[in-house]
Amino acid sequence: MFRIVLFLLAVTAAFGQTKFPGVGKAASAERVKAADKTVMADGRGLPVGKGSVEAGRGLYKTKCAECHNEAGEGRDKQWPALVGGTGTLTAKSPKKTVGSYWPYATTVFDTIARAMPYDQPGTLTADEVYSITAFVLHLNGIVPAGQELDQKTLPEVKMPNRDGFVPDVHPDVKAKR
Amino acid sequence: MADRRAFLGLAAALAACTKSTKAPSVVEQSMTPYGERAATETIARTVGESTASVGVGSSRTPLQDLHGVITPSSLHFERHHAGVPKIDPAKHTLLVHGLVDQAIEFSLDDLKRLPAATRVHFVECSGNGGGELRGTPGATAQASHGLLSCSEWTGVPLKHVLAQAGLKPEAKWVIAEGADACRMARSIPMAKCLDDALIVYAQNGEALRPGQGYPLRLLLPGFEGNANVKWLDRLHVTEAPAQSNQETAHYTDLLPDGKARQFTFHQDANSLITRPSGGQKVSGGAGFVEISGIAWSGNGKVKRVEVSTDGGKTWGDAVLEEPVLPKALTRFRIPWVWDGKDTVIQSRCTDETGYLQPTREEIVEARGVAYNYHYHGVKAWTVKADGSVTNV
Repeated sequence: MFRIVLFLLAVTAAFGQTKFPGVGKAASAERVKAADKTVMADGRGLPVGKGSVEAGRGLYKTKCAECHNEAGEGRDKQWPALVGGTGTLTAKSPKKTVGSYWPYATTVFDTIARAMPYDQPGTLTADEVYSITAFVLHLNGIVPAGQELDQKTLPEVKMPNRDGFVPDVHPDVKAKR
Repeated sequence: MADRRAFLGLAAALAACTKSTKAPSVVEQSMTPYGERAATETIARTVGESTASVGVGSSRTPLQDLHGVITPSSLHFERHHAGVPKIDPAKHTLLVHGLVDQAIEFSLDDLKRLPAATRVHFVECSGNGGGELRGTPGATAQASHGLLSCSEWTGVPLKHVLAQAGLKPEAKWVIAEGADACRMARSIPMAKCLDDALIVYAQNGEALRPGQGYPLRLLLPGFEGNANVKWLDRLHVTEAPAQSNQETAHYTDLLPDGKARQFTFHQDANSLITRPSGGQKVSGGAGFVEISGIAWSGNGKVKRVEVSTDGGKTWGDAVLEEPVLPKALTRFRIPWVWDGKDTVIQSRCTDETGYLQPTREEIVEARGVAYNYHYHGVKAWTVKADGSVTNV
């Protein structure tokens, strides 16, 4: 055992400070920047760019309406509605949409940027994603028709259900024997 | 000399054998490089696309047809949000960055150099049993609880990978992201990452199946399936969760007061009788029948499983088959002498934390029915006098 410890110490000295010397390679700032698409709820990670409700209207028609329908009402119960449901969260059958349920506007941007359109994810430019985000928020009555969104203004949009989430308290169900 | 004659005779016999092109009539198949099950075995997953979008949906494990606790890789349940990506393992890497001393990129070969661990764990979709909760219970174990499987997983403890990058003191969450078409991402609390989380490359002794994240997935023992990010290629160390789509719009539990619980990860204590279970038939009438099933808890080991064969009036302790492993399926068995009359059978699990599996009514009372996740209520089956087994 003592000899193994000595061996490990010797290896550590020879290869530097990492716990497992020589395994993995340092990633450059450029490499990280190219891969890092994380958008945080406070807006960190949002790309440079801007978009408007007006530009989003046209983009939505060509990129989104086929599944989510003309006014974001969803289609055939198979493709989710993006609008409606306000006031239904305490109902028996709540309707959870961007407008009624989602707590952060940044999540709308992030979802479109990484996953939409479903058959061509990752093809929209930052400006296009800002525009479609603005239009979807407008469909929900959250931003006015003249709204422009960018890195600074998108995280400032207060979603109706922003305070609707509480932390987990598991295990929460007490069984009687 | 006699030895030499015997040797020549043996050699001639062997030569005759190897030259024969005829197989014995009882041979079903010759040896193959990669084995297949017997042609007469047909158990299978049920596959459902939940929308008309190709790649969105789930397949369910035929729990009622399985023995022991390991799910064959071919029968492991699947839940995909944007299909199964085609990945070249030689090009696949894992990038670790964010609140670390040094951003590092690992190839698969790099990860296989690190100290590995092999453990048996279940993976369960948190939507498993959602139909039971909503009052549309499944007619078979597969339909009711088939979004549950258990495998032997091999990989690198996540804490080693994070240690290699060096965590900064303010690092509190890790955002795990996959290489599927929607680049699904979940935020995982650091405590779990430094506890028993694994980055796995193998399942039941061989490389992960494509549907399970080939070549790399996150394995968070006991946590809801969705957090076990498949096709993992990026770990972003942060001080806060990202509030991604899958941890806000979905996988949150909306309560009757309109508030939704978020970051509920643990799959609480649960159990299910798989034999006899819905869709099966107890043939031959009254007499001895072994009741068998599975129990599990995302909070540790199964400590006790009780079974009732009289509609919940009385309960008896089932035998737990060793080894009983934490956050893994445990097989239970209990002998039963059936009187041949209609009755209701059910099981309930207590885990090592002392938590007792509740009934559906107790869950509904605590949480309502307006959500779809983390259901773990007692499941009952009716055994009818004709031997048929149905949902209650």
